[in-house]
Parts: sequence; structure tokens; C-alpha cells
Amino acid sequence: MLLIECPWCGPREEPEFHYGGQAHVVRPADPAALSDADWAAYVFLRDNPKGVFAERWCHTAGCRRWFNVLRDTVSHRVLAVYRMGETAPAVDPALVEGAR
Amino acid sequence: MTRYSIWSLARNALSHHADWPRQWRSPAPRPAYDVVIVGGGGHGLATAYYLAKEHGIANVAVLEKGWLGGGNTGRNTTIVRSNYLWDESAALYELSLKLWEGLSKDLNYNVMLSQRGVLNLAHSLGDVRAGRRRAEANRLNGIDSVWLEPEGVKKVCPPLNTSASLRYPVLGSTWQPRGGTARHDAVAWGYARAADARGVDIIQTCEVTGIRRDPDGRVAGVETTQGFIGAGKVGIVAAGHTSVLAAMADIRLPIQSHPLQALVSEPIKPVLDCVVMSGAIHVYVSQSDKGELVIGAGIDGYNSYAQRGSVHVLEHQTAALCELFPVFARLRMMRTWAGIVDVCPDASPILGKTPVPGLFINGGWGTGGFKATPGSGYVFAHTIARDEPHPVAAPFALERFTTGALIDEHGAAAVAH
Repeated sequence: MLLIECPWCGPREEPEFHYGGQAHVVRPADPAALSDADWAAYVFLRDNPKGVFAERWCHTAGCRRWFNVLRDTVSHRVLAVYRMGETAPAVDPALVEGAR
Repeated sequence: MTRYSIWSLARNALSHHADWPRQWRSPAPRPAYDVVIVGGGGHGLATAYYLAKEHGIANVAVLEKGWLGGGNTGRNTTIVRSNYLWDESAALYELSLKLWEGLSKDLNYNVMLSQRGVLNLAHSLGDVRAGRRRAEANRLNGIDSVWLEPEGVKKVCPPLNTSASLRYPVLGSTWQPRGGTARHDAVAWGYARAADARGVDIIQTCEVTGIRRDPDGRVAGVETTQGFIGAGKVGIVAAGHTSVLAAMADIRLPIQSHPLQALVSEPIKPVLDCVVMSGAIHVYVSQSDKGELVIGAGIDGYNSYAQRGSVHVLEHQTAALCELFPVFARLRMMRTWAGIVDVCPDASPILGKTPVPGLFINGGWGTGGFKATPGSGYVFAHTIARDEPHPVAAPFALERFTTGALIDEHGAAAVAH
């Protein structure tokens, strides 16, 4: 079970949270101009790295706020937690087990 | 290949079974092959077997980074069924089930297919409507599904608690008598032995680390931990790691990798003679030939390549099990494990060509790839050999995410994706 540090409430166990998938997916600026392939990329294509993944979590059973997490998908280690709107902090490569 | 029969068994009994030949060779990789299959699980081995058998392409290597069937083929809960909703899926999974029915004979290898029947329970009015619709859709596609009312469910599965006092009472169920279980390891071994006998090279502990392309973009071969291996065509059949391999050819996929956990109980006397699945309260269970209950449920929510998940997911599914079968409440669990499943947005696989000429993908089977092993290999071999999708595989091409022709099987997939 993951121990996740909510940036508002502190460390809590995983069942208090809801997973939100990849973070920083940018909504198209001009949706009407998009081709079908661009739409498919926006709606369906997601990073699926074996290593550091920037993802969203929501503290559903706590403050109910969304935030971002950098996590290693091989070791499950939470490498960084940061608020919505912030950019991802740098990660010490020595802490990462995944390939990239 | 030594043919297995009662006579070969008797002959080898005379030498105390010490002289059985190895089931397949372990050759060093040749410099190049017509086709390289990346991934030595059931689907990859089946693809190689049907390439050799149906299309006469035997200059094939299957590259496996670990040992045969050590990934999801050896980690699933062995359930086989074909009761999927849409015509496209029904065609694929029913083709597979028909191949299952003749597989032991075809491979001369006992895959221990046990058609003990599969129940998919309904616990709400929405479930009932979806279940009835799916059973009727199955029948239109020639699949042996029927709808059972709670009394019928109780008759099929006496230990199941069908009383109205359940938190989520059993309001009915679909029932596919031809569904059941098969021995997962035997499927990998049987396909490996039969493919090897037709000349396919099976190379274990050989991890693919890159995909090399010609200047014109066509696949030229694969970089591996045992050196470069040239290939006219490459098929990626590496469930869990499909995204990682596709990224080596700069292809992004609509796939997310998640842990899917399962567990087995201590062995007990025969008590459950069918497969019971509940998509609504998240558990499925069958009893193995050894007497263990084999129990599974939904995926862990987060992306992972770790082959392990969180304990609260197991707690949830065992709670559901005890609700459905109060008689199991005092059973002890022996082992838990997890596999990494590729999950697609529509709970259907990706099967076919890619934007890179000569590169083919068979993945994204989500939580239910085992049942499709023979059919998947059959249509994927056709797709690789002819360089055009098999008619049954065509709807599962990657392009469906651009055209919008998704094949939404979240209901029939039966566990929470």
C-alpha cells in the first residue's frame, strides 16, 4: 500500500486517495482546428513510462483536493509531491529504479 | 518430437521416466529470421506456432526476457469464456474458444481445458439489463450464453449465497456452459513444444532493448541482450510492457500498465464446480484441480511495472468472496501475486499493424488475455504472414482510436478496469 503525502494534509494511506492518471495533459488551445489524429492523441494517448511518472491524485477521503505526484512505477516510491499548477521538481536519478 | 501417447508413457515407465526428451531446444540465436516475436508467453508462442503451421513460415524466433510463460501467462486465473457483447469481440473470443476445444489434440499436449461453465452475476437492475442483453447478443452470435434467474443460479452453484439478505443480492446471472478453465502453464509449454517441433527457435533470457529500423523506416531487427538479431518482420506480444517496446519504435499507445492481483487459498475438497464472476462487487473464483480456490478481482488503480499491488485491493476482493460464499470465510490464503496488464480505454486489445512497416503489435488485452490465447495467436499470425489484418482482427487495429470505432467491452471484461 502506498503512503502518499498530500500537500495539504500530510502523509496518509493510499485508500484515502483516488488516482487521476497522467498529469500535465494540456487541453488543446483551439479544439475546432484539431484533426482526428490530434483528438485521438489528446483523448487516448498517454505516457506509460517504466520509471518516473508524473501523475494526479485526489485526496477524496480528506481535503478532496487534486495534486501532482512524481512516482517510480517500478519501485512505487513517491519521489515528489507538488500542487496543481506547479512544475515538476527535479528528481535524484539515484532514487529511480525504472529504466527511464 | 516424441509423440505423447499411452504407448510412450508405458515405454518411459520402463525406464522410470528418466529418459523423456526435452520438450523444446534452447538454441543460440541465428543472425536473422523472417519473423521475430518479442515475448514468449502464450500469445507469442501461439503466434509462432500458427505462423509455422498455417502459413509455412518456420524461420521464426520467439525472444523471451525471462522464462517461458513466466509473465502473465503464468499469473492469470486461467478462466476461458467467449461471452462478450459486441460482434467484433464475440468473433474473436469465440474463434479462440473453438480453438481451445481442439487444442490438446492439435498440440498433442494436455492443456487441461475444463468446460465447467462460467457465471457472471448481476447485483443490480443495471447489471440485470446488461447481463440479459449480453446473453441475447451472444446467442445471436452463436455463443452458448443463457440468462439464469436466482433459482437457476442456485441450482448451478449451490454454495453461492443467493438469499435476499445480501448487501448486493444476486438478481440473476449469465451462464456460459462451454466456458471454464485451462492449465495456464501447459498452454505455454504445449505451444512451445509444438512450435519448436516445426522449427521455431525459442530463445529465453533474451531481452529486447531496442528496435532497429532501415533508413526508409522499415523494421530491420531487434537489439537484444544477446546481440543484434535481424528480422524481416517483428511482432510485439509482450503484455504489460507493450508501451515500453512500442516506444523503442517511437509509437505512443493508448495503453496504461497496471498491477492485477490474484490469490489462492489452501486446498480443500471439491466444493465449487464452475467459475463464478462478479463484476459489480469485484471478485471471481474457481477451484483448481489441486483443490485451491483461485481468486481474482480488479486492477490496482495506479500505473505500475512492479508485479505487486496494494493489500487493500486483496482485502476488498476477499470481503466480496465471503459475502458471496459465507462457507469460505474461514479459509486461509496461501499465496498472492500480481501481473502487469496493459489496459486500453475500451477494454479491448490492440491487434494489427503499426505505422512502422514490418512492425506488428498484439497487446492491450487488459485483464482478460488468457482466454484469447489461441485465437489471438491465430489471427496475429495471419496478420504478420499476409501483411494485412485477419478479418477477425481488423476491427482491433490501432486506428480505431482515431476513427472512433471503439469496441467497448467494459461490461464483458467483468472486472473494474
